[in-house]
Amino acid sequence: MRPLDGLLSGDRPGGLVLSLLLLAVLLGLAFAPFLFPGTRPLGVAARICIFIVLAASYDVMLGYTGIASFAHTMFFGMGAYGVAIALSKLWAGWDAVLLGTAAGVALAALVAILIGLLSLRVRAIFFSMITLAVASFALILATELRDLTGGEDGLTFSVPRLLTPEFRLAAEPVLGARLDGRLVTYYLIFVLSLALFLLMLRVVNSPFGRVLQAIRENEFRAEALGYRTVAYRTLAGALSAAMAALAGAMMALLLRYNGPAATLSFDLMVDILLMVVIGGMGTLYGPVLGAVVLVMAEYYLQPAMAAVSGGLKGWPVLPALFDPDRWLLWLGVLFVLIVYFFPAGIVGKLREGRR
Amino acid sequence: MNGALLRFRAGDWGAYAILPVMALATLPAMSFSTWLTLTVAGIAMGMMLFLMAAGLTLIFGLMQVFTFAHGAFITLGAYLAVSVVAVMAGWSAAESWWLNLAVLAAALLVALVASGAAGYVFERVIIRRVYGAHLRQILITVGGLIIAEQLVVALWGANPLPLPKPASLRGSIILGGAAIEKYRILAASLGLLAYAGLHLLLNRTRVGLLVRAGVENLEMVEALGYRIRRLFIGVFVIGTALAGIGGVMWAFYQELVTRSIGGDMTILIFIILIIGGLGSIGGCVTAAVLVGLVTNYVGFLAPKLALGSTIVLMMAILLWRPRGLFPVGAR
Amino acid sequence: MSDGAALLRLAGIHTHIGRYHILHGVDLAVRRGRLTMLLGRNGAGKTTTLRTIMGLWRRSAGEIDFDGRPIGDLETPDIARLGIAYVPETMGIFAQLTVRENLLLATGPQGFDEAQLEAVLALFPALREKWHNAAGSLSGGQKQMLAISRAIIEPRRLLIVDEPTKGLAPAVIQLLIDAFLRLKQSATTILLVEQNFHVARSVGDDVAVMDDGRIVHTGAMADLAADETLQRHLLGLSLASHQ
Repeated sequence: MRPLDGLLSGDRPGGLVLSLLLLAVLLGLAFAPFLFPGTRPLGVAARICIFIVLAASYDVMLGYTGIASFAHTMFFGMGAYGVAIALSKLWAGWDAVLLGTAAGVALAALVAILIGLLSLRVRAIFFSMITLAVASFALILATELRDLTGGEDGLTFSVPRLLTPEFRLAAEPVLGARLDGRLVTYYLIFVLSLALFLLMLRVVNSPFGRVLQAIRENEFRAEALGYRTVAYRTLAGALSAAMAALAGAMMALLLRYNGPAATLSFDLMVDILLMVVIGGMGTLYGPVLGAVVLVMAEYYLQPAMAAVSGGLKGWPVLPALFDPDRWLLWLGVLFVLIVYFFPAGIVGKLREGRR
Repeated sequence: MNGALLRFRAGDWGAYAILPVMALATLPAMSFSTWLTLTVAGIAMGMMLFLMAAGLTLIFGLMQVFTFAHGAFITLGAYLAVSVVAVMAGWSAAESWWLNLAVLAAALLVALVASGAAGYVFERVIIRRVYGAHLRQILITVGGLIIAEQLVVALWGANPLPLPKPASLRGSIILGGAAIEKYRILAASLGLLAYAGLHLLLNRTRVGLLVRAGVENLEMVEALGYRIRRLFIGVFVIGTALAGIGGVMWAFYQELVTRSIGGDMTILIFIILIIGGLGSIGGCVTAAVLVGLVTNYVGFLAPKLALGSTIVLMMAILLWRPRGLFPVGAR
Repeated sequence: MSDGAALLRLAGIHTHIGRYHILHGVDLAVRRGRLTMLLGRNGAGKTTTLRTIMGLWRRSAGEIDFDGRPIGDLETPDIARLGIAYVPETMGIFAQLTVRENLLLATGPQGFDEAQLEAVLALFPALREKWHNAAGSLSGGQKQMLAISRAIIEPRRLLIVDEPTKGLAPAVIQLLIDAFLRLKQSATTILLVEQNFHVARSVGDDVAVMDDGRIVHTGAMADLAADETLQRHLLGLSLASHQ
């Protein structure tokens, strides 16, 4: 188990059920193209990978420092726009991808540092509100700077040839999966996501991560011990923002498109919040499960609700409550119940059962 | 006697001067009649924003509750206005001041009662369990907002609903060569009325004295023998009822009601609270009018930057005064 | 345990603040009509004891009786309503309220009792001049006068005051000593925390000394004031040499 511990930075999931669930997610994602052939399931799997990184990076902020930011989609969007702008304004090459990603990540980290220095200095209440305002400012900018961002319509662009559906590794399908650019894209995203997740796991289990948790538990005490809490929180915010931007860059490569609704919307912010809280704050493994649950719910809960709604025809109001478009209502209820009764989310519940 | 929350002290001259300075600075950029139209529009918008924000500044300031669900009560008020107008369609369309005002009054009354009642339930069921736990307050109220927004769609449908103003509240009057919308005068007056009411409540009553003391030091209020939980409920109900009224006024102003009407206002309301200083009614009304004016001036001079300009304004004021224009309390 | 002379009695009080165990079994009796001094080094647990009495921090073990009635489970407002006035170390002045409003908060619904108000203002005439000023504009000494006035504007059964002379000029301290001596004439029961031994010697009837979350000495103030060896032993040099 020693090499595994090294990979997980000594932070094992804890609990047999939890370990099996995570293993199932890992294997399912690793072999997704062969287990669930088809364009749509592959897209769903890729989204899950990206959202795992996005939600985990949000957890670094929310769960490990106890600060609720509402600007996380902004950082996600910065990475996505970085790639989108580079690929549509320059050329469809790997150097452009790297350049765009680097620019997006740098911008995200810089803005996170600015927000941190400006608003962590004032009262803690302000932070959530300020991040919300800044995020909506970013949304306005993305919509209004039409020449750069394509405005409301967004940007559609070409990706390096290796990632296009036209690219073929082999003429014949292998184990039912076509070896084309989509597959390459998927594995690029999968490997990157796994690496980024393990990196975050390393960070939160480093001495730096422990200081963050100490600050979360007792800010005054941490300050009294000589830790500069604002600096630590700002750094955590910058790291979290950079990770989100990387997730955004992957999203842009996956969609070969980016626009305000795809990466900057407040609905997306709510989704991330749901993922982290439902999965379990401050665990990093929680967001993994949360992302799987949310993305699957988005794609597969709706048909189930349509069936229920159909079955309730003739009742007042009830069919409306179970309308497929009301899936968010039920996730909202679940969210509130979890905050009340299982503040540690799914992961907390599973770990508790072990003890 | 002048109340501390609403008094402009000598040291506050900068904060005090910001409104006239802002208003006069824009005058050279446009004709006088345009300026007058925009200024009235800004004040009217500001007073509607004040209605929506006033309760929240007290909830933040007194109870230290970080709720993100305030927009839900605005949305509720807006949709109730749609339903009231649907029921009283004849009166609303009639060319009679009295019948039209009766429709508006009915909508306001229904929203006041329903939002206040919803606020009471919300405090009892959701908020009371999370006093003192700020992160959980933020999370649970975001959850509440999601649920409320979805319920509104389930009840009223997902499509935006038109909400025409009652007949005689449409149109403008000409004043000093400028066209001034009648509805804006009405909205500004109602906001002023609410401000005066809150002012009297806070400064002339014992409950108001308790609220002002509580914003500064809750523990000491308890040590003096007052049960603050009842005060909390009262403030929460008043705050949500005002948000409902604000929702009605804003909905008639927009003449279109969407499910995100409250959520969209939340950002502006937060900006107002941050600019004004948490817990300060005087700061709230100043900041609300400031945001209203800036939105309208910028909306005329550079339409695309309207909402962005208020965010820039907030950042600038935070750099100048990190605790807002009129900070209250030591916390 | 039926010492009828004790108005307030603490028995075996333990208090935790977060993970920290502050009080380790405090036993304290405050006798009726007397001024009890609570002395001790910084961090001995004096303020925590007072806050525990007021219910601002919850005891984790032990009993608190006021006038023979257990009050350990009551909420802070209900404890105050039994007739206990509390002046915290920070004074708890509402800076943005006027002097008048600060005092008004401590009265019942009927407002000021004129005779009582006159008596209080006679004790601290400076407050009359600042009547309509924001309390935040007062000097440190005036704030302390306001805080004590607020505690006695209505007749109370027990007055709890935490370090009233901290950081004040000697002339103001003398004024507060006079005020406490005046209050003693009206037979008010007082529990007073002090670091200033001169003040303690001037006004105290009984004394309790705390160290490390426990009461380590109780007796008459006069006896402690006369015994320098005991002072040194109990309070250390820092306190005894304070004045």
